[in-house]
Amino acid sequence: MTTLSERILGAPAGEYVDHAVDRAYVHDGTGVLTLMTWKQMGASRLCDASQLYVLFDHIVPANNSTTATLQQELREFASGSFMHFSDIGGGICHQIMSEGVVLPGEVVVGADSHSCTPGAFGAFSTGVGATDMAAIWLTGETWFRVPESIGIHLSGRLSGAAEAKDLALTYVSSLGMDGGTYCALEFVGEGAATLGMEDRLVLTNLSVETGAKTGLFYADEITRTYLAAAGHVVKTQVPEPCTYIHDLDIDLGDIVPMVAVPHRVDTTKPVADIAGLPVNQVFVGTCTNGRYSDLARFAAIVRGKKVAVRTIIVPASRQVLKEAIRTGVLSDLVEAGCTIGTPGCGPCLGAHMGVLGEGEVCLSTANRNFRNRMGVGGEIYLSSVTTAAASSLTGEITEPEVA
Amino acid sequence: MMQGAGHAVCLGPDIDTDLVIAGRYLRTKDHSQWVAHVFEDLDTSIAPRLMGAIIVAGKNFGGGSSREQAAIALREAGVVAVIAPSFARIFFRNAINVGLPAIECSLPCLNDQNIRFDLTSGWVETSGKQFPIRPLSPRMQEILSSGGLVNYWKAHQ
Ligand code: SF4
Repeated sequence: MTTLSERILGAPAGEYVDHAVDRAYVHDGTGVLTLMTWKQMGASRLCDASQLYVLFDHIVPANNSTTATLQQELREFASGSFMHFSDIGGGICHQIMSEGVVLPGEVVVGADSHSCTPGAFGAFSTGVGATDMAAIWLTGETWFRVPESIGIHLSGRLSGAAEAKDLALTYVSSLGMDGGTYCALEFVGEGAATLGMEDRLVLTNLSVETGAKTGLFYADEITRTYLAAAGHVVKTQVPEPCTYIHDLDIDLGDIVPMVAVPHRVDTTKPVADIAGLPVNQVFVGTCTNGRYSDLARFAAIVRGKKVAVRTIIVPASRQVLKEAIRTGVLSDLVEAGCTIGTPGCGPCLGAHMGVLGEGEVCLSTANRNFRNRMGVGGEIYLSSVTTAAASSLTGEITEPEVA
Repeated sequence: MMQGAGHAVCLGPDIDTDLVIAGRYLRTKDHSQWVAHVFEDLDTSIAPRLMGAIIVAGKNFGGGSSREQAAIALREAGVVAVIAPSFARIFFRNAINVGLPAIECSLPCLNDQNIRFDLTSGWVETSGKQFPIRPLSPRMQEILSSGGLVNYWKAHQ
């Protein structure tokens, strides 16, 4: 009787295991450090380059020549090896790994804190530092402490204007910023089966905001269908009765549109309580909410209208961008006055385009609203895509209408 | 280092990495500079007591920023091991990876009392009482005894 983490890692919670890694990924930021450390280790070989991914997403295209030079070294190394390499414009690392790469039951590590995201496929996926990653480049394995699990039991289904992001902000605020420390979050219950893959990715993405090591969904028919479209035939994973160290029950029918207010992700309010607050910028994108369904939902609300405030939309990947072009979503966004960025992290980390000025307020669909993250003195409110769309039309935080 | 001993330095719960070594000291390559500043924002009387010490802290040691410098600073200051009922996961990984034993154990703490541990057999001992701890994986033991991950791989190339 095991949790999914125990099943995948093959040992009970609390034990330390050495385990082979099925896929390991870095981005342009952590990849530079990984390469440096790998060289310090005296390394001249890679374990199995076909399991390694270098995915440029954080500062793309490069913002200055220092970044460009660092990126060039990593680019030359990665494209000269047999690693998978995605250059600027390919998309956010977590998104690329979630487009039919990570499969149920795999052990996946990324050199980035949101590497918990592909857990939505029933994989054990977590973040490590550059030193750990360098050793994985060498050996293809690493050590883990098998985490205890927290059961997030979902019932009912989302209704009204509420979406997966509102559910994510709700559970982060219930658990608190350290409520999941060192644990895995398992999303289970019949409510989980009502959530599509893109919704699940939103929920696993925010699991690290509770301090958790990862978040997981059991692979079911929805997972199978999604991965079948990418050419993979996978088995479903059946949950067994198991012991959670903590349980959280959420009725999806109770979820209402929420906003996380500065400067903590676990400090949330219903949108209704904060409606009317003027914003200077709306940002839609990131590994949380930059997927095709997000862009399509946003476009459906602003179609034929004009945004009242500067609105930056950054597709999470080239595949998302291509789909938005194919279906006309992109032209709806551009017609409505939105600015479109290169697929990648965009303004999320405050390192280049779209940073905030002193005292400016941004409503963002990202996962972090830490002080100064998007620019010194800027304030970040986090919301769903639907709330962001309603707010972009008014220039103030606005409760979305029920469709 | 799989066996060790030292005098206890007792600390409270939820000590984050900013308290271990403040952000203002990070920008240096000379790690020995950190020795004087460890725990400075918590209590300036702690740093001089750290040579040969075993830190016994409360829950959730090492939360906050993922800076690897926190673990390095403790090692540089002469800390033999850190014992706590739970660690923030990045700190835990960083500690093992820089060769500093981070031991999960709820231990009563009296300052300056002698503490011994054996990670291979899996126990911690204080005032004649043994507390069991979970054995580390073989790889983790090797990493610790080589003094960290970089050294381990330098030696194994
Ligand atoms: S989109 Fe933001 S949170 Fe996601 S990986 Fe990029 S910088 Fe990190």
